[in-house]
Parts: sequence; C-alpha cells; structure tokens
Amino acid sequence: METLLLYALFGLFAALAIGCAIAVVVQRNPLYSAISLIGVFIALAAHYIMLAAPFIAAVQIIVYAGAIMVLVVFVIMLLNVEEAEHRPARLRFLVPTAILLAAVLFAEAAFVIYSVGDSPYSSLDTSAPPVGLTSSIGISLFTEYLLPFEITSILLLMAIVGAITLARQASISELRRAAAVTITGDNAEAETSGFQSAKSNEITPVRTGAIN
Amino acid sequence: MNFDNPLIHAGLQFLGIFIAFNVVLMIVAYTVLAERRVLAFIQGRVGPNRVGFGGSLQPFADLLKFIFKEDIIPDKSTRFIYFIAPIIATAAALMTIIVYPFGPVIHIPFTDISFPLVITRFDVALLYVLGVTSVGVYGIALAGWSSNNKYSLMGGLRSAAQLISYELSLGLSLVGVILQAGTLDLYSIVEQQGKWGGLGWFILRGQFIGFIVYLISAIAETNRVPFDLPEAETELVAGFHTEYSAMKFALFFMAEYVNMFTVSMLATTLFLGGWNGPGVAQFPILGLFYFLGKVFFFLFLYIWLRGTLPRFRFDQLMNFGWKFLLPLAILNIIISATLALFNII
Repeated sequence: METLLLYALFGLFAALAIGCAIAVVVQRNPLYSAISLIGVFIALAAHYIMLAAPFIAAVQIIVYAGAIMVLVVFVIMLLNVEEAEHRPARLRFLVPTAILLAAVLFAEAAFVIYSVGDSPYSSLDTSAPPVGLTSSIGISLFTEYLLPFEITSILLLMAIVGAITLARQASISELRRAAAVTITGDNAEAETSGFQSAKSNEITPVRTGAIN
Repeated sequence: MNFDNPLIHAGLQFLGIFIAFNVVLMIVAYTVLAERRVLAFIQGRVGPNRVGFGGSLQPFADLLKFIFKEDIIPDKSTRFIYFIAPIIATAAALMTIIVYPFGPVIHIPFTDISFPLVITRFDVALLYVLGVTSVGVYGIALAGWSSNNKYSLMGGLRSAAQLISYELSLGLSLVGVILQAGTLDLYSIVEQQGKWGGLGWFILRGQFIGFIVYLISAIAETNRVPFDLPEAETELVAGFHTEYSAMKFALFFMAEYVNMFTVSMLATTLFLGGWNGPGVAQFPILGLFYFLGKVFFFLFLYIWLRGTLPRFRFDQLMNFGWKFLLPLAILNIIISATLALFNII
C-alpha cells in the first residue's frame, strides 16, 4: 500500500517535471516558459523529499523557485518581452545537433539508471542514514568538504564585489554625463535619458544581490 | 487506536489541517472586522456596527457581497495567469500553517490519549516556511503582469522588488535564533524557550535586534503600511489588484490577512516563546491561549501601525532595506554566533 502510494506520487511528480520541462522549450511566450520552469523546480523538490533529502528540497524551493525565478519573471515583466514569432529557421544545422545532444543525454540517463538502479533510500525507510538532514549536511560541509565550501564562498564574495563595482561605476559615470548634458543646455533629452539610466541602475544591485 | 498505521496517521493529519485552516480563516475574517473597528476608533469614527451585535456578522456580509459581485475579466488580460494568480497567492499563504506548533502536549481528561497541538513536525520546518512564502511572490507579480494595466504592472514590479529585498533581511534575522536553538524544527525551538519558568524567550536571550529586524521585514513582506507600495492608492489606483473583482479580489484580500497571521505566528514561535509562559508546565492547555494571545498582539500592532504611520517613498524603502536593515541583520548574526559559541545565556 505504502509503496504503491510512493510510486503513484513518483509518477505524478515525474510527469509534472517532464511536462513542465517540455513546456519551457515549446512555449513562445517567455513568461509562460519561466512559469513552466518554476513547475519543474517544484516537482524536483518533491522528488528530493521522496529521496529523504528535505534540506535539499527546501533549498531548491528557496533559491531557485523563490529567488532566481522571481528575478527572471521580474526582468521579463520589466522589459515586457514580446511573444516570439514563428520565423523561418536560419541556423538549420542546429536541428540535427540538438537531436544528437538529446540522444547523448538520453544515453547518459539510461546509463545512470542502469548502473545505479533504484535509489537505496526512500522516505519511509527509517534505517537509511540521515544524509539529507540539515545537521549531517552541515557537519560534512564543515569537515570533509571544507575546502570546496570555502572556495565557493570566496567565489560568491567576488561576484558580489564585482556586481557592486559594475553597478556603481555605470551609475556614477552616467549621472555625470547626464548632468553635463543638462548644463550644456540640451534639456529635454538629457532629463529623460538621465532619469531612465538612474532608474535602471537602481534595480541592478537588487538583481545581483539576491542571486548571490 | 493504533496511531502508527500510516493511513490513520494521514487521516488524522488531514483532520488537523481541516480544523486549523477553518479556525485560521475564521480568525482572519474577524481580523478584518477588528481592523475596521480599531482603525475607526483611531480615526475617531464608529466603523461597521450594524450587521449582527456590534458588527459581529460583518465578515459574513462582506463574504456574501464578494460572492455575488460580478466577476469581471479584462478583455486583453492573459486569461490563464490572471485566473491562477490569486490561487497561488492564497495557497502559498495557507500552506505554511501546517508547521506551526499551537500548543504543548495536551492530555484529554479521563482517557489515555495525549497529543501535541501541532499538525506536522519535520527537520526543515523553518526553511519550508521561507520557501513557501517566497513562492507567494508570484501571485502578486503575475497578477500585476496578466491584468494588462499599467498600474497593475507597476504594482506587481514594485512588490517583486520589495519582496526580494526584504526577504534577505527576513531570512538573515532568523539565523540568530537558529544558531541559539541549533535546530530548524519549530516545535523544538519552542520547547527550548521553556526555561526560566516559561519566560526563556529568545527575545529576552539576546535576540532583540533579530526580533526588530524580523518585525520590520515581516511588515514589508506582507505589503502592509508603511510598506504598502504595491497597492499605494494615491499613485497606483489599487496596485496589482486594480483589475480584480468579486471572489478573485477576495482571495488576494484573504491572502494578505493570512500572511499577516502566519508571520505573526512565526514571530511568536521564534522570538516570544510560542506557547511558553508562566504556568504552562502545570496546565498545558494554557499554552494555546498564550500562543493566540501573543499572535493577537502582533495583529493589533499591524492595525495600530496602519492607523499611525504614513507610507514610505520607494527609494526610501530600498535604501532602508539594503543599507540599514541588512547590515543590522548581519550584525545580529555575528552577536548571536558569539553568544552561541561561548554558550552565554
């Protein structure tokens, strides 16, 4: 009964993940694609929970569905991207390349399924080692994987500093230019452009900060 | 009865969810009434006092009005997203209720049944709350986009920017409590605050800065005054829900008040000791009343603030969040890490 329920849930979320993944590629409207991608992330989180890794599931939702995709949706809404039209395909060689790459991906997935078989852990199996729990992840991060963890931290710190530097330089120089144009007398144009650039730069730190 | 049978266990959990959802929705309905009456009192008016005794049936009158109103869908809206946005907002708001501990282990008299007043406990309850809350942003942002209205779009964009900014401070303000408690399970976080005769609340044990940062960011997260820029009526008509009418509007309205309720519950659970208080050890049922009393205090605070404070300007909002609240939250993490490391308090 329980295994049957587990299989039913697995089938449900697997179908949701694959269906949403196909929708990401097929949809012509970028916002629909983004929403489908959120669906993929949520279905994946459900899979992590069924593999007894609740921490990874929660982080998946917070980071991907809650932060990164919000920014993607935000940018699509801000730029008001139009629906892509059906244009004649120019880069025709991409079609066979895509088929080839998809075949490689399928072979890889098949190999993983063949060599690993069923996952040794299930959420109902209490004898499984608590690898997915918060404390065990924390302990292994700060003992066994300390070096990769610290390298990643430094990488993220560099990304933050770089983002802030880029955003500041752009805003200062553009504001200066806008002020200079205003002084020389080209009034109307300078005001609008200066206002817009200042506005778009205000958003930049928000975007980069939340990704990191 | 065998509680270990998974089917019975699941059935009991569904029963618990059903009861909790209904109770919370009733409390939310009466919060709306309380808000109207208290605001009226603050502003020297009377408020709704005609339906039922002293206005006590006003929430039901409002509900009936919402149900019978015409449901208008704008012609050039993106229908599917327009339809699904209020559902996302309400579902995300309601989903967090299942992890909050409402009270300690209750023993039913004359039987040997005893159970804790919590629907479910799991390892990452706090992260679950944060995750579900962050998904709730989509309800507002998509509503703004799909309405095909410039005011709605501006409201949706503002709310997305605001929620992303204040979510960081909110998440970081909780780290102090997590460091001191050493767990993400809300039930054991509450249990650890039972020291000092039920007054070992984390706010009294070095988390005062964390509490202030949490409170401010929580108000911003729920789009309430003074952070209600997504629906600033003097600039944006009604913000992201300008085009919504009838029950779809009611869903957004409900989501806002359920969110108020859940962030109040989180503040109570993490900082004010949850159901802990003097005398709970002797009379466990007292814990439920302590818990609700603390939550009602926060709800009153929300209404009080709405009657008192003017709205922020958008640049003030961003500056405050990024340049003041976020550094303060990081400072709080450093202090709490020191406290936790040397086991002070």
